[in-house]
Amino acid sequence: MKGLTCLSAILLGSLLASAPSYADPQSDNDDIRAFFQKRFPKLELADFSDGVYAINQNAREQWEEIEEFPPYEDAVDEGMVLFETPFANGKSYASCFPNDGIGIKQDYPKFDTETGQVITIEYAINHCRTSNDEAALPYGQGELAYVSAYMASTSRDNIINITIPDDERALAAYEAGKKMFYERRGQLNMACATCHISSAGAQLRAEITSPALGHTTHFPAFRFAWDDMGTLQKRYAGCNTQVRAKPFALQSEEYRNLEYFHTHMANGLPINGPGSRK
Amino acid sequence: MKIKAKMKRDMAVVKVLAKHPMETGLRKDKKTNEVIPAKFIKELVCTHNGNVVFHADFGRAVSKNPYVSFSFAAGKKGDIVTMTWTDNTDETLAVEAPIK
Amino acid sequence: MREKRRLLLKGLIGFTTMAAAMTAMPRLAMAKWSKAFDNASVEGALTDLYGDAALTTDDAITLKVPEIAENGAVVPVTVKTKMANVTNISIFADKNPQPLAASFTLPEGTASEVSIRIRLGETQVVKAVVEADGKLYTTEKEVKVTIGGCGG
Repeated sequence: MKGLTCLSAILLGSLLASAPSYADPQSDNDDIRAFFQKRFPKLELADFSDGVYAINQNAREQWEEIEEFPPYEDAVDEGMVLFETPFANGKSYASCFPNDGIGIKQDYPKFDTETGQVITIEYAINHCRTSNDEAALPYGQGELAYVSAYMASTSRDNIINITIPDDERALAAYEAGKKMFYERRGQLNMACATCHISSAGAQLRAEITSPALGHTTHFPAFRFAWDDMGTLQKRYAGCNTQVRAKPFALQSEEYRNLEYFHTHMANGLPINGPGSRK
Repeated sequence: MKIKAKMKRDMAVVKVLAKHPMETGLRKDKKTNEVIPAKFIKELVCTHNGNVVFHADFGRAVSKNPYVSFSFAAGKKGDIVTMTWTDNTDETLAVEAPIK
Repeated sequence: MREKRRLLLKGLIGFTTMAAAMTAMPRLAMAKWSKAFDNASVEGALTDLYGDAALTTDDAITLKVPEIAENGAVVPVTVKTKMANVTNISIFADKNPQPLAASFTLPEGTASEVSIRIRLGETQVVKAVVEADGKLYTTEKEVKVTIGGCGG
């Protein structure tokens, strides 16, 4: 997988130069899907949920061995206890979510037409807390990540289904997320798309870059680098820092819009989180 | 300690994940700059019907939350295996599990 | 529940296990353990563990390690062999400060196949030694350990 073919180089060159000025989420998905299925012809759509482990046998074998006792199990157990413990006022997380919060991860992030913003599951977890007079939890890791991990675990195998309501604010949020994904940033001047679309599957220093398609299916994730459970946006902040760009605050409007675009890309793929990853 | 013991044809296959920091005593606390004291499992033993069927001696290179896997012939479905670890501070833990 | 069990067993089991373990440990007494596991060289640790016996390279030993470690702190290693009368398997990591990572005593009836996860501080050779019928056999493989890059 040494380089780009002429055709995909041109296609991506144009994508990287400027995101289209109109937003057509469905055709975005079709284009990305076609690109990745061409680059990785042996993979089924659902295989992309495994990320690098779908395209690198050496890494996959080690991941499968570690999964004998999945590293995320303790976080899920703790998350379940936290999820089921009532707040001081007697209510619980179940009261804030559809279906009592069970098996709903595949629908997040959602666009909330009332407040006109993207709601991620983590944002909703804290909103549930503050609406019930509980202190908000720090984003990114710790108890909030454990609750999110538990909720993801109840949603395993459910097919991701991000909807964009017929509301120009929703479309604008999606487009803002897409713009951020394709925009170069930082001292290293790289976009998310640089590593995860153009160079997906290539060796970048010591790493094999994962395809963007399927990224969000296994978050929150137990990352070996963190030696702990952490959220998708914690990874956004880490990636931004690694290209020497100033990260945005976790659950900022910027990252929520990015997560909206990024997860919509995975529509049709199964949730396989929480997962363990490098 | 998580233990999975299962019959596979005529052998009992045992997989163990011990919860232990396996601190080597070679690391420093980044904030205080003090050496984090060594605390690691030195020995992990499996007994079955009073017999030792497996004995592992560990050094500092064994990963945190040590994992081992082995198999032995004398086990039968329903038998109990006991895994016991002892660490360098003489702390010890024994956990039983049935062979499934 | 775990905590109770730990306290209850601390004194009692500790002693009986040590006693039981020692009788099944033909290779290592406590003092020898310290020496072998503290030794800073592969050769030194080998001598501490097995005495001056010669090693023969033998491809009847299968050493399964990853080519490139996904996580240097958790590297899965499996050693297996079909040789008869295996009494001990040990694993060394030649560039670790103390190369001897683990030593397994296998009583009769225990399969000559073990798996473990070890820490490798850098790219180095992992060496497996098998003691069978009083003789020593060995095989080794290099594991690449990368630090840095964008996954870190």
